[in-house]
Amino acid sequence: MVEFSLWDILRNLLLAAQWTVVLSLIAFIGGGLVGLALLVARTTASRAMQQGVAGYVQVFQGTPLLMQLFLAYFGMAMVGFETSAWTAAAVALTLYSSAFLAEIWHGCIKAVPKGQWEAAQSLALTLSEQLLHIVFPQAVRIAVAPTVGFLVQLVKGTALASVIGFVELTKAGTMITNATFRPFVVYSCVALIYFALCYPISLYARSLENRLHVHH
Amino acid sequence: MELDFGAVLAHWPLLAKGVAWTLGLTAVSALLGCILGIACAWVRSQGPGWSRALVGTYVELVRNTPFIVQLFFIFFGLPAAGVRLSPEWASVIAMVVNLGAYSAEIVRAGIQSTPVGQFEAAASLALSRMQTFLWVVLPPSLQRVWPALVSQIIIVMLGSAICGQISTEELSFAANLIQSRNFRAFEAFIVATVIYLLLSIATRTALNWLGQRFLFGGRRG
Repeated sequence: MVEFSLWDILRNLLLAAQWTVVLSLIAFIGGGLVGLALLVARTTASRAMQQGVAGYVQVFQGTPLLMQLFLAYFGMAMVGFETSAWTAAAVALTLYSSAFLAEIWHGCIKAVPKGQWEAAQSLALTLSEQLLHIVFPQAVRIAVAPTVGFLVQLVKGTALASVIGFVELTKAGTMITNATFRPFVVYSCVALIYFALCYPISLYARSLENRLHVHH
Repeated sequence: MELDFGAVLAHWPLLAKGVAWTLGLTAVSALLGCILGIACAWVRSQGPGWSRALVGTYVELVRNTPFIVQLFFIFFGLPAAGVRLSPEWASVIAMVVNLGAYSAEIVRAGIQSTPVGQFEAAASLALSRMQTFLWVVLPPSLQRVWPALVSQIIIVMLGSAICGQISTEELSFAANLIQSRNFRAFEAFIVATVIYLLLSIATRTALNWLGQRFLFGGRRG
């Protein structure tokens, strides 16, 4: 058996944590783009389209992320894509975060007072002008804090990619445990690294929230 | 590509057992988790300084680490420290610990929005601090945050899918077992996912109804 010092454990975990960060960023940015498209569809498109988006959000929020990962993993293979754990995780987490972000942002748009819409309409602005110049700038201010807060949820969500075999922080923890037989130490380190990643983001989200005096 | 859901649904007893476990785990941990959360919220709003710091640390540690790591720590890590748990107990404990931290924050938000006059009225009736908390502050606070609490319970229920990874025989474990028998992985997980979706809708409806009908006196809310 190879001897692992605490430093060896930590060093390997930190290497794997890079993939947690990369996966989080891909899902956050990709999810943001898809979420934006969903948001536009939900605010401007036909009624059927709006309900479609609401259904999409309900499905992703009402089912376990683990199932979504499994479905992406096996589903993409079924329709003939060459899947790796990496692509399946990236796709599933992107869709997952797009649903949550679309829902968060939809709430932020609804939080813009109705009078603002009416004022914009009374200036004879078109719908896209109303959104672009009046509603979005105000909604973005409200949206920043909960969006940053969601990033914490997403970083924690990437831990599930370990189950379909993507080697990020949690999977590395499992592998190192199997090599060292020191689960207590290893999982403590894993938890602390997640905490070191997430806690600053949580604090930042909270300070944003306080600064904007926006609740919910 | 051909889908065969019949091959999955033929294993309905396994699925039913999985649903029962998922609901059972959720019910037990929802009850205990909410009690833990209320206790933590009480400590954070009225307890001595050191206990507030302790509870604050617990809440932040849980909220900023993934559930799967908490579960693995309890199931794989604790035996090294001498605490040996069955998968089911490890699952329940992880879910209670997780929900406790989130519900503590939710309940605390409810408590913080209690008008000062309520405390003053309670004090003028010579109620003790404990009586004030239990009978004056807590019920309307819980009523205010009930929808958030229900959402959190559902998040914990969906999170329980991970407990299958330590071989707790809940719904996702059943789906895994079925696909290992008939190699219909996609169909098995579709069926499980649909069941989860129905469970989360049903649970939300039931808990909202329960809250309005029984917990908060019916007419209000």
